[in-house]
Amino acid sequence: MENKLIILLVIILGAIAIAQLVRVYELSAKMRKSGEHEVNSRDNHLNGKMMLGFMFFQFLGFIYLMFKYGWTGRGVAASVQGQETDWLLNLNFVIIIIMFFFTNFLLFYFTFKYVKKPGVQAFYYPHNNKLELIWTVVPAVVLAVIIILGLKSWNNLTSMSGPDAIRIELFSKQFDWTARYAGNDNILGKYDYKLTTDNNELALLTSNTIDSSIRIMIEGPSGIRSIQKVLNKRDTILSDSTTSALKADLSRKERLLRLLVQMKNNHSKKLDSYAWDDIIQKDTLVLCKGKEYEFNFRAKDVIHSAYFLHFRAQINTVPGMTTRTKFKPIYTTEEMRKIEKNPKFNYILMCNKICGGAHYKMKMMVVVKSESEYKAWMASKAKETFKDKYLPVAAAPVKPAAPADSTMQVNN
Amino acid sequence: MASIAHEEHGHEHHGDHHHEETFVSKYIFSHDHKMIGKQFLLTAVFMGIVAMMLSILFRIQLAYPGESSDFLSFFLGEKWAPNGVLKEDMYLGLVTIHGTIMVFFLLTGGLSGTFSNILIPLQLGARDMASGFLNMLSYWFFFLSSVLMFVSLFVENGPAMAGWTVYPPLSALPQAVQGSGFGMTLWLFSMAIFIAGSLIGSLNYIVTVINLRTTGMTMTRMPLTIWAFFVTAILGVLSFPVLLSAALLLIMDRLAGTSFYLSDIIVGGEMLANHGGSPLLFQHLFWFLGHPEVYIVLLPALGLSSEIIATNARKPIFGYKAMIGSILAIGFLSFIVWGHHMFITGMNPFLGSVFVFTTLLIAIPSAVKVFNYLTTLWRGSLVLTPAMLFAIGLVSTFITGGVTGIILADSALDIAIHDTYFVVAHFHIVMGMSAVFGMFGGVYHWFPKMYGRMMNTRLGYAHFWITIIGAYGVFFPMHFVGLAGAPRRYYDYSVYNEFNENSFDMIMDLNLIVTGFAIFAALGQLLFLFNFFYSIYRGPKAPQNPWNSNTLEWTTPVEHIHGNWPGALPVVHRWPYDYSKPGAETDFIPQTVPLAEGEEEH
Repeated sequence: MENKLIILLVIILGAIAIAQLVRVYELSAKMRKSGEHEVNSRDNHLNGKMMLGFMFFQFLGFIYLMFKYGWTGRGVAASVQGQETDWLLNLNFVIIIIMFFFTNFLLFYFTFKYVKKPGVQAFYYPHNNKLELIWTVVPAVVLAVIIILGLKSWNNLTSMSGPDAIRIELFSKQFDWTARYAGNDNILGKYDYKLTTDNNELALLTSNTIDSSIRIMIEGPSGIRSIQKVLNKRDTILSDSTTSALKADLSRKERLLRLLVQMKNNHSKKLDSYAWDDIIQKDTLVLCKGKEYEFNFRAKDVIHSAYFLHFRAQINTVPGMTTRTKFKPIYTTEEMRKIEKNPKFNYILMCNKICGGAHYKMKMMVVVKSESEYKAWMASKAKETFKDKYLPVAAAPVKPAAPADSTMQVNN
Repeated sequence: MASIAHEEHGHEHHGDHHHEETFVSKYIFSHDHKMIGKQFLLTAVFMGIVAMMLSILFRIQLAYPGESSDFLSFFLGEKWAPNGVLKEDMYLGLVTIHGTIMVFFLLTGGLSGTFSNILIPLQLGARDMASGFLNMLSYWFFFLSSVLMFVSLFVENGPAMAGWTVYPPLSALPQAVQGSGFGMTLWLFSMAIFIAGSLIGSLNYIVTVINLRTTGMTMTRMPLTIWAFFVTAILGVLSFPVLLSAALLLIMDRLAGTSFYLSDIIVGGEMLANHGGSPLLFQHLFWFLGHPEVYIVLLPALGLSSEIIATNARKPIFGYKAMIGSILAIGFLSFIVWGHHMFITGMNPFLGSVFVFTTLLIAIPSAVKVFNYLTTLWRGSLVLTPAMLFAIGLVSTFITGGVTGIILADSALDIAIHDTYFVVAHFHIVMGMSAVFGMFGGVYHWFPKMYGRMMNTRLGYAHFWITIIGAYGVFFPMHFVGLAGAPRRYYDYSVYNEFNENSFDMIMDLNLIVTGFAIFAALGQLLFLFNFFYSIYRGPKAPQNPWNSNTLEWTTPVEHIHGNWPGALPVVHRWPYDYSKPGAETDFIPQTVPLAEGEEEH
């Protein structure tokens, strides 16, 4: 509290001090009979010199920052795609840094040089078509080069991945990532968000998951039956708002149930196998050096963005649609640690689209292994497919609490 | 209406045609464009101070993450900063409202609202705006929306927290972040009212420019300020309604259960039945406004600086027609580039390449403008008033921020730096700082016209130097934070500790520098505020034409009168840039001076 009073006092006293200084300055200006609208020669020259000085501050500051921090933060590019991006980025940087120095130099130098001097009149020079043509055409040519090279890279980066690319799905939700490997068939299982339950968080589509979802929608702890029961209970009196909330919830679940039943009727059992062999992997994404990857992205709740800083890859994840990107890692984590001279270095996947309070914590560690290590790791996962994990739990007798999506509660 | 009435009756009983003006009709519900302009300015200055304070609050968090701060607890209290440590949610609220206020309330309402109102009639030789009443209405809409936006900071669950771009589903679902509750509702209603006000204002500006030019004021004799305001108004009329529709659909999704932007969502454990909408639809609609908005902010600043630079270089602006052409080209192109905000949203890559092409085209008219400014300075006779310094500062920030735009417009490169601090630094310099510099330049230059008094020059110098050093000190290092891949809207960068401590140290170092300069620059604004308010009441009386300028506003008397000119309207005989014309007696020839015998128009 005392601090605040002191701060307040300092501000008030400061304002009074400035006011007094201004009064004195104005009185003296009045005596000199010059108004505020006439900038005297001393001020003019001083500001001209300061402009030149500022140019040095700006240039030296930039050069210092560029040398100290210009390339360090991101590290070297760790994917084929990233190398292409970095090459192009450096080229563009050279062009814009030249522009930056050239034009800023002219600006500040002219300001310094052509400050008003007694007896020197400004040069009346309203236009010159030739000059204007030059500085329309030259930027146009430079931009043409930038556009052509940029679009060439863009096409490379966004073209479809090759048939051999390993398919991985990355599923995003507030505030973590889950990876799903496509398994032996390299085909990702189908999904539908309505199939989301506690033991099928990625909403994979199989005959079993449909059945279980329908069951939970009807009989689960906050399923249709239980809502109806609450609504029909004659011995309790519900407030209007609770009743209408329950009714809205009920009608939403009825709609969802009908869609689930429709899904069941249209479902082809052939699709099941795509999902059963998928491998779900939390907290660490394991990749293999030298293999091309195709990533498919989904979002459960809001938009997130998958930002692979070191691979220079990024794409938003959007609820209701699938987005894709691809890259081919070229250094294992170990190799990268040596390159970066940092034994604790890791690859990472960050969220780069505002997604709520803990946005800044939403990340997944990424590990790139050599081919032999990767194969060994994959082998260790062979018995952890979706089928292995899902069926034993789902087959257990219906214990209402366990399989039900316990988070699906009546929203009051 | 008002101006026509004046035109007809003004001559007969001029001198006693002042109606009895009460305090309310003169200062509050005024129809006079000069008063309305000042109302816009004062409201915007207040909102600007609020937004600047918000930025200092979150900059403190970024430089000293998790450390207790008296400053934070003083302003945010125990609820949002328990023990002086900022809450995660409020951090997002602060950045959201900071962005919203700065972009819309300071740089749109404040810049184009203030100077279009004050300068359009004065520089065109009109008695007032085409419709004084609509003009008043446009201010009161702006005022109301400002109040709503300000109030939203104080609601229980906090203000909108989805970023100033309010992308759904985050902004549509209160379950996703608490600010998407009542705070977001206020945000949407505030913006809807803001847009209505801005539309009324823009239509008024367009009609005034087209219809109320005085005799001899052809379109190609208009000062570049007016050209800039004119094109800005057209951009506003064409693009703001699209934002309104985006906001209305979002309001419907939030309140009426529609699914324009929502599909297949499970949030807070609740499975929503919404299906078939697309979050990308919102982004398309938002950026269809959002990109022209950049130029709605920037063009008035460029217009003001053209006028200030020509006047104080005592030289005609170089390439007047090319400048008009650039403004028109920028205005046109700004409508077909919005997709460059969406390269990595999952939009079709081919569509992305079209937007790369159109976006990079904008660099051409921008380069033309820069070179024309440089040539205007070349062999000039520069009078470095504070306004002139700010105008030159604007050219510098326009260049510095503009060149990084080339990187971001290149979709292949955007992948690696999208949504990092590189983007934040880029648009703060090119749009934020340029527009702010233009606005300050405008205030220093036209203050004598607004208040009939002069601002203090020395304080103006100090203000300029603190501001430009602060601006570069903040935004230069920020580029490098971005190049390190630091995502924007992160509460802190502790995640870097888990994969690269060297980068973490670097980001922390730079954030400290940035925050230091931000506080330095913010304190510098106190000089401006003091100078501004002090000079309104106690500044020395202004002469009629303090800067020896050619344009019509300086032919009006210092004391404001409703109708601007006491006698007949001035007649224009020449373009506004006859500075240092060979053969003339003075180094300026006002537009009202007829061409001398044998004199050629430029």
